[in-house]
Amino acid sequence: MKPTPIVLKVLNWISLVLLAIATYLTIYWAPQEVTMGNVQRVFYFHVATGWVGMIGFLLAVFSGIMYLRTSDMKWDIIGLAGIEIGLVFSLVNIVTGAIWARPIWNTWWTWDPRLVTAAIMELVYIAYIMLRQGIEEPERRARFGAIYAIVGFVSVPLSFLSIRIWRTIHPVVIGSGDAAAEGTFDMTAGMQTAFFFSLATFTVFGITLLWHRIRLGRLQDTIEKAKMEVMS
Amino acid sequence: MAKKRKPSSQTSFWRALSAVVWKDISAEWRSREMFSAMLIFSLLVAFIFNFSLDLNPKTQREITAGMLWVTFAFAGTLGLNRSMAIEKDRGCLDGLLLAPVDRSAIYFGKVIGNLVFMFSVEAIVLPLFSIFYNVNLFNPGLLLVILLGSVGYVVVGTLIATMTVQTRTRDVLLPILLFPVVLPVIASAVRASTFFLQGQAMDLIWPNINLLIAFDVIYIALAYMVFDYVVEE
Repeated sequence: MKPTPIVLKVLNWISLVLLAIATYLTIYWAPQEVTMGNVQRVFYFHVATGWVGMIGFLLAVFSGIMYLRTSDMKWDIIGLAGIEIGLVFSLVNIVTGAIWARPIWNTWWTWDPRLVTAAIMELVYIAYIMLRQGIEEPERRARFGAIYAIVGFVSVPLSFLSIRIWRTIHPVVIGSGDAAAEGTFDMTAGMQTAFFFSLATFTVFGITLLWHRIRLGRLQDTIEKAKMEVMS
Repeated sequence: MAKKRKPSSQTSFWRALSAVVWKDISAEWRSREMFSAMLIFSLLVAFIFNFSLDLNPKTQREITAGMLWVTFAFAGTLGLNRSMAIEKDRGCLDGLLLAPVDRSAIYFGKVIGNLVFMFSVEAIVLPLFSIFYNVNLFNPGLLLVILLGSVGYVVVGTLIATMTVQTRTRDVLLPILLFPVVLPVIASAVRASTFFLQGQAMDLIWPNINLLIAFDVIYIALAYMVFDYVVEE
């Protein structure tokens, strides 16, 4: 077995330190938002985790296309890693959103297009994991996984479109939002620092986890092949 | 094939497609397994809705379209599962794939076969719903929405059912894989249907119809592109 690459070990420590600093920045250092108070601090990790989740799913659909074109198992491992990472981070994104929404919107959950789309995306990729578990043959598992990752990824923006016809109340802090949005605010300089720092932190953290997951996938693959050799 | 004549690729595509459709319809005509299961199931769903929602005339008007689509979506999974399971169980799918025809002809043949079953169930459910819930569902606009929605549903459903029948937990897996993906179709279909039933202005309805058409086109194109990979062995 190959030892953990040195760069990955360094990344582990960098992620840990960055996460500690980001936590400090968002909880103590960033200025308090005037109307919403401390609960607004959820925003920094909320957006950062959502961002990493999206990257994971994007990576998965890219790997899916690459797998169908090349039939190289490498892409299957990367795709699965992307989806697993994406699932975890999106879940954090949804939960932090709910924590914020309770005092601001006065409800944990509302059937807003963005919320529904995020939940649907989560369900699509949970279904992906279940599909994989139902197939034993590695080649078919990879192929069906790739196809479902692509179909699922196409369906997510369509879900958003189909629900978007109703008005949204989700705030858009970066870029222009709907006038009906509730809980919008303008970021001050201190907030921006904390925000971009969190974004960078979670990107590094996401990449580190992804690397670990891909490495794990490779090791699993090696074991599976070794088992096959022993059995035959 | 008995004849040595080599048909042009286009005629062989249509012939293969119609052969698959015809095979499905005649097999179903003899057994009526799928059709009766879907129909009875739809009626049971209608009854359960009635007792679980305790409908009064006012709320009924607002949710009839939703109930209709939930019924179609649930009954549809029964049909899709069955339609692909009979191909898989006796090795028919392998036989079909060995045939020297374009794979998309097989896919679209199955889609059209499933659509025929879906439409025939809908054709019976609609008048029954009209009687049970005392609303006239024979609204041309609603029929158009049902046509478009069913196409979208069956196009995605056939693709996913082809995958799920090849897995260990197939009956359970189909709705889990299908519903999140087909949600945009169902959501716009329900909204368009509700608006039609409420007699809303057309400029409120059109965006939903347009979305439905767009979803149908996108899903047909997507399924056409990936189906070869689903059945590749």
